[in-house]
Amino acid sequence: MSKHLSKLTSPLIAVILGLVVGAIIMLASGYDPIAGYGSMIGGIVGDSYYVGESVRTIIPYILAGLAVAFAFRTGLFNIGVEGQLIVGWLAAVWVGIAFDLPRIIHLPLAILAGAVAGALWAFIPGYLKAKFRVHEVIVSIMLNYTALHVTNYLIRNVLTDKLDKTERIADTASLRSPFFESITDFSRMHWGIVVAIICVIIMWFILERTKTGFELKAVGFNQHASEYAGMSVNKNIILSMVISGAFAGLAGAMEGLGTFGYAAVKGGFTGMGFDGIAVALLGANTAIGVVLAALLFGGLKAGALNMPLETGIPSEIVDIVIALIIFFVASSYFIRWIAARFKKGVK
Amino acid sequence: MKKRKLGLALSLVLAAGTLLGACGNSENDDKESSNGKDKKDNFTVAMVTDTGGVDDESFNQSAWKGLQEFGKDNSLEKGKDGFNYLQSKSDADYAKNLNTLVREDYKLIYGIGFLLAEAVGEVADQRPDSNFAIVDTVVDKKNVASINFKEQQGSFLVGVIAGLQTKTNKVGFIGGVESELIKKFEIGFKAGVLSVNPDAKVEVKYAGDFNKADIGKSTAGSMYSSGIDIIYHAAGGTGKGVFTEAVEQKQKDPKREIYVIGVDSDQAKLGAVPGTDDNITLTSMLKRVDVAVKDLSEKAKEGQFPGGKVIEYGIEENGVGISETKDNVTEESLKAVEEWTEKIKSGEFVVPGTDEEFKKLDL
Repeated sequence: MSKHLSKLTSPLIAVILGLVVGAIIMLASGYDPIAGYGSMIGGIVGDSYYVGESVRTIIPYILAGLAVAFAFRTGLFNIGVEGQLIVGWLAAVWVGIAFDLPRIIHLPLAILAGAVAGALWAFIPGYLKAKFRVHEVIVSIMLNYTALHVTNYLIRNVLTDKLDKTERIADTASLRSPFFESITDFSRMHWGIVVAIICVIIMWFILERTKTGFELKAVGFNQHASEYAGMSVNKNIILSMVISGAFAGLAGAMEGLGTFGYAAVKGGFTGMGFDGIAVALLGANTAIGVVLAALLFGGLKAGALNMPLETGIPSEIVDIVIALIIFFVASSYFIRWIAARFKKGVK
Repeated sequence: MKKRKLGLALSLVLAAGTLLGACGNSENDDKESSNGKDKKDNFTVAMVTDTGGVDDESFNQSAWKGLQEFGKDNSLEKGKDGFNYLQSKSDADYAKNLNTLVREDYKLIYGIGFLLAEAVGEVADQRPDSNFAIVDTVVDKKNVASINFKEQQGSFLVGVIAGLQTKTNKVGFIGGVESELIKKFEIGFKAGVLSVNPDAKVEVKYAGDFNKADIGKSTAGSMYSSGIDIIYHAAGGTGKGVFTEAVEQKQKDPKREIYVIGVDSDQAKLGAVPGTDDNITLTSMLKRVDVAVKDLSEKAKEGQFPGGKVIEYGIEENGVGISETKDNVTEESLKAVEEWTEKIKSGEFVVPGTDEEFKKLDL
């Protein structure tokens, strides 16, 4: 039990420390931290509109977090979530525009297209790692840039005639919901939250309840032992990257089909894929942990927008708080590692 | 063990939910009561920046300057019952920021830049009782005023200067991405050059990107080496590369007379040659977003909000012009600029803004 408890306490302590240091920074720069955090919470759950917007912000964080966490469990660092997200976004929107189908087929098809595109994009580093031992970090980082510029090219030259965004997707492919809009006063909350929750359950089920999941984790723990036990390390590396990429592609599809309804030429990365790394880290790479961490990160990001208006505190302060939380999570591992060493030494 | 952990997690979520919920409620009450008090007769106005932020040294900053001046003139303060801005960190924030401002009951809400067009259109549909304005593009809704600029007029004036001051009779234009908007700069400039110097040649290049300083630099390099001595850029961040190239060439050969014409704001500080008093900035074409924002706010305050209309700001409205810094501009050029300004103002001369209009022009 104590082991499990510490798994939960260290992120919690990190969050609290992050908020406390954030408050000190606010005080030092002459702002009222209580009013600041008050307005932030108001911006997260202040009224139905803000609740809806917070939920919308959280959706891609959950999926991006799952993507990073899933690969981590197999010992892979999928830093290419950003690129997989971008191609997933474009693929989903493409299907959303190009086909004219009834909703019951069109919407799942568009979502699936996003997942498949992300999976294919992640297959490349997975395959190279399995076949030639090329490090997945390097390949996937470079593929992020490739994704960004290839999608920009496709939007400008193939999907449109030199415009900077595609037309809107057909209503039959949209995740938007008049129902959510009516109960949240026109927030952009959409059905993606259901997709995200299903994915959380899928990740938990694969990793904890299937033989495949056991193999994936085993490879993560010790490749050589797994190989010796008769598992195919290469197959599991590719599989892990592909599933991870599918989650990332879905995160993009949620943005494309839900929040925006189109794909636009991007000047730079969305940042969601990289935030997914932090979400996975804070969530200790477990399905439920990712959900909690995504709630926190999404909430902080959504609430931050409200701070300048209510209290004049720049929203960048929330970036500092988030950075501090990540810092404390990382250092808590470090502290525990030192403590463990120390104990061993004493014994 | 699993169950216990799950239980712990669940109770944590619950606890957090109750806690946050409680805070939310009190926040809500606060807001309602303060909203009640806030209902003064103040005309409140706010803007949403694009991802460039309020200190982008370009149109977001300029728009904010306009709002600040409007606030000063009407003794308003920055805040909820005066004037304010919200910055967008990503594309997803546009709609939320606009909606937040609607909820705070601002009387007029600006979306700064064409990137916000989609979001402004959407929110304007959802909130028919609020007034919006968009800069640099057209959103055709009853409660949206679209602010556009006659960039061709300002570009024409700097074209006149370039046409008179080129020694090689060759000038260049570097655009960001080819579009209707940037075309106005190009055509205006060409017309300006050729109006005063029919023998001059204007070479036009598009970088294909607004944020590629390296492309701007290499394009400028090839233009300067082909004998072009003045380059006008309408290319955002790409244009910074044009300045870099010109400064470097000037450093190598201080006697060489090459110039850059800046865009949107006074870009003279980009053209300073280190270690000397030289500056390769000839002048800059100003696009006065601040003037437009201030003017539209005044109109709206007086109850004359031009909803559903496109308002064009040109020379006459002081919406475009040339920069204060004109140390490198000759007396002769300044005189010519004044003459042409009068002609444009009086309607005697209409500056073309498209290829078709340019062809009709008799030069």
